[in-house]
Amino acid sequence: MKRIYLDHAATTAVDREVVQTMLPYFTETYGNASSLHSFGRDARNALNASRQTVADALGAQANEIIFTSGGTESDNLALKGVGKGHIITSSIEHPAILSTCRYLEDHGREVTYVPVDSDGMVDPVDVESAITDDTTLISVMHANNEIGTIQPVSEIGSIAKDHGILFHTDAVQSFGKTEINVRKMNIDLLSVSSHKIYGPKGVGALYIRKGVEIEPLMHGGGHEMGMRASTENIPGIVGFAKAASLAVERFEQDTRHLTGLKDMLIAGVMDSIDDVTLNGHPTERLPNNANLRFAFVEGESLLLHLDMKGIAVSTGSACSSASLDPSHVLLALGIAPEDIHGSIRFTLGRGNTESEIRYVLEVLPEIVGKLRAISPLAGG
Amino acid sequence: MEYSEKVLDHFANPRNIGEISDADGVGTVGNPACGDMTTVYIRVKDGRITDIKFKTFGCAAAIATASMTTELALGKTLEGALALSRNDVADALDGLPPVKMHCSNLAADALHAAVEECMAK
Repeated sequence: MKRIYLDHAATTAVDREVVQTMLPYFTETYGNASSLHSFGRDARNALNASRQTVADALGAQANEIIFTSGGTESDNLALKGVGKGHIITSSIEHPAILSTCRYLEDHGREVTYVPVDSDGMVDPVDVESAITDDTTLISVMHANNEIGTIQPVSEIGSIAKDHGILFHTDAVQSFGKTEINVRKMNIDLLSVSSHKIYGPKGVGALYIRKGVEIEPLMHGGGHEMGMRASTENIPGIVGFAKAASLAVERFEQDTRHLTGLKDMLIAGVMDSIDDVTLNGHPTERLPNNANLRFAFVEGESLLLHLDMKGIAVSTGSACSSASLDPSHVLLALGIAPEDIHGSIRFTLGRGNTESEIRYVLEVLPEIVGKLRAISPLAGG
Repeated sequence: MEYSEKVLDHFANPRNIGEISDADGVGTVGNPACGDMTTVYIRVKDGRITDIKFKTFGCAAAIATASMTTELALGKTLEGALALSRNDVADALDGLPPVKMHCSNLAADALHAAVEECMAK
């Protein structure tokens, strides 16, 4: 059976060019970047070049990039690293932010969660009015991982700047899919991850604007300018940098390709199936995200039927999560729990084709029809 | 979380789907807000279930347990149907993931409600 991967927000395949770039760093250029000898120097050169590449992709300087183990660590480092004061964040952040905020609350810190509108958009006015004398950090994600809504981060960044507060954004989903410039967008701290952009898993970065004081999480040998002790994962970092440079190089081509497929998918589903709603913002969304909710059916059932046809998607339904809680993002949008259960997220990637989307459009109406035929909620 | 082959079979090819318009008993359990709702319809003759249908909104486990419940209940006496437990249904499906045992294994309760409605008539 042919298999179609439409879950690129979960993770992506590593680009073959990226793999080729990484390979010598396992077996030939394997030195420790802290060593003084030539093996160490070679590794250090690769590390420095990679840091420059990632910095360039973000409009930052090389010495403002700290390599980490991924998005979750970058988020933890940003939030825990700003050692004191009140934090403002949004109600639809990734668990890497929300769970960290809850941890900080348990340790006596105050956190305000600003709401979003029904498209998943944060209102910068709400952020500004949540600021108190004690506020030290605002953290609002760039683009949401479930619904793809892109937040007005530049505006939020300039509010933070006006009030002398640090601004962090989780850009794990947006990196490579929408333009980022940390200077123009008034960003002080920004998290990115490699495995969402066709790079290897286990590597990411935190941009820390020069002059911003952050407490490290990891103590040890003083790696990463003292911000993150641990021998650098050179193959991973080199792969991440290669993936970032390919994302920059292919940005326009990727955006056109993904937007075309996404629009084809959304229009095709709407044309062939009744009672379908798009979750998230109609226009201010990632080019590869189509989060759709199908009335009267449950998402795990939809997901498994699609899986039986070789199509991989994800769902906001409680029934597929270990916790059995419905998606906190869709709840924050004000969607009724019974409707959240019928939500499916399709996230497209560089390798998807029109014929794959046609296949999805061919099998999906039948699957939804079959589930609605046995649903006591579908009238008539 | 992994489903057994039997769960996937009953999920993909559910038995006894539908409604019975003049049923002798109807039972509904669950709540769409929680993600699972099942209605069971029974027709009864001489104290035995002669026809049974179901409709389910829910996950694969909810659909499969409803399908299996109708298979197990068909031909049973009303007392026999009342004795059919959630665990019997789960066992007949070669088990359910632990997380699904409580929330999605509702069909036996819907069957009991249908039987009780029939007995009350």
